[in-house]
Amino acid sequence: MNKRYALFLGCTIPARARSYEMSVRALASRLGIELVDLDDFTCCGFPMAAAHYWVSQALAARNLTIAEKRGLDICTLCSSCTSSLTEASHFLEERPHEKKEINQRLAKVGMEYRGPVKVKHFVRILWEEIGVEGLRENVVRPLKGLRLAAHYGCHFLKPSEVYGGFDSVEDPKVIDELIRVAGADPVDYSLKKQCCGGSVLVADERTALAIAADKLSELKALDVDAVVVVCPFCGVMFDSQQKKMEKTFEQTYEIPVLYLTQVLGLAMGMGEKELGFSMHAVKVKALLERLGEGGEAKG
Amino acid sequence: MTADGDMEMEEGAMSREEEKIVEEETLDPLFAQEVAREPGGEGIRACFACGTCTAGCPVRRFNEKFNPRRVIRMVLLGMRDEVLRDPFVWMCATCFTCQERCPQGVRISDLMRALKNMALRRGNLPEGIVVQSKLLSEKGTLYPLDEFDNKKRQKAGLPPLEQGEKSLAPLMEELLEALGPKDGKD
Repeated sequence: MNKRYALFLGCTIPARARSYEMSVRALASRLGIELVDLDDFTCCGFPMAAAHYWVSQALAARNLTIAEKRGLDICTLCSSCTSSLTEASHFLEERPHEKKEINQRLAKVGMEYRGPVKVKHFVRILWEEIGVEGLRENVVRPLKGLRLAAHYGCHFLKPSEVYGGFDSVEDPKVIDELIRVAGADPVDYSLKKQCCGGSVLVADERTALAIAADKLSELKALDVDAVVVVCPFCGVMFDSQQKKMEKTFEQTYEIPVLYLTQVLGLAMGMGEKELGFSMHAVKVKALLERLGEGGEAKG
Repeated sequence: MTADGDMEMEEGAMSREEEKIVEEETLDPLFAQEVAREPGGEGIRACFACGTCTAGCPVRRFNEKFNPRRVIRMVLLGMRDEVLRDPFVWMCATCFTCQERCPQGVRISDLMRALKNMALRRGNLPEGIVVQSKLLSEKGTLYPLDEFDNKKRQKAGLPPLEQGEKSLAPLMEELLEALGPKDGKD
């Protein structure tokens, strides 16, 4: 199978989640997934959906068109970009009147979208195209004894109608299974499916922080080693905002936040530097040291 | 008539009784139709007020000002001003929990988006949206990278990102107009 995709970074990753980007590029190169950088991509349109539906659809379709011109499908890393572009791709096929409407708008910038362009989150590509076995073959340092909590977030799996039966919304397993592939123990918890709160920041910061802190409180009580995310929004929320949550709610969480790609990278023997751990706000050092003591090379 | 079957009400300027009473003459019977014509609002009439949306809403757990079932009842009753004037519609996290679970197939997250779009046109919007719209119309990204960022990327072994002009303004005209000349045309 030819695993070649246009890499859609979105707004947040290049500026605020570089460790995620680093781990994705390292994994892709290890696993033979070719990610092509296209200069013309812009914001996915998601932030504008609340402001103006047609504008957000036009921004999404503009990005789809850029990939289409190059004959590539799209690999996304941010869950919100994933849902915005997947919804656009899905509904532009399903609703011809929307495609007509959007193409009238794209004509203003000299573009036309024909479609379909497929959109897949990088983790979905790992799951569907590399597969559990293919990933396991590359594990050289199982992360034995690490207790990791999967955070699915909202747009990795929802709205499910556009994701073609990818994981179960109410009982998701993909991230937990991939944590297992890395040799760590996925921890089950009651708030697993709860939102990170990030989208509420723009309207009501305290409520947004309360939603995130709720999850961290449960994870603290369960004494997990880290929470594992697949979206820079969730990453920034739990990592960069964790200090603020601790101050606001007078609690101590100190829960490291890892991207799933970093977890897999570690298990594949990649270095801490290569995976960008030093960029995280909540220190990952103690966890890595423990791993250095407890981690074993396979075979 | 009450907009919500719940006994509890948040504290506000009005007394409990005053807040619960909906004056019929203030209602706009065409409001639900108007919402149903907005993209995403189409299915609102299918709601039978079971409250599954509110039961699973993460925002509602921490802030009672936002209650999806209540918002839908208010729209169906025709409480146009209250819905579009109040900032609560902006609190929806777009997490899709309600939309996935609605037994009537109401696209509730899409409906909340439609209400936000309508509220914006009335000038009810968080400041952050204005800032984001301006950034996207001029730069095409919410986080424009400068030389310093690209140096940091280089240090991390990441390719530099093109910093050319990527104005999205031609695709955002109606929004920029709705936000006013100050934000779109200078």
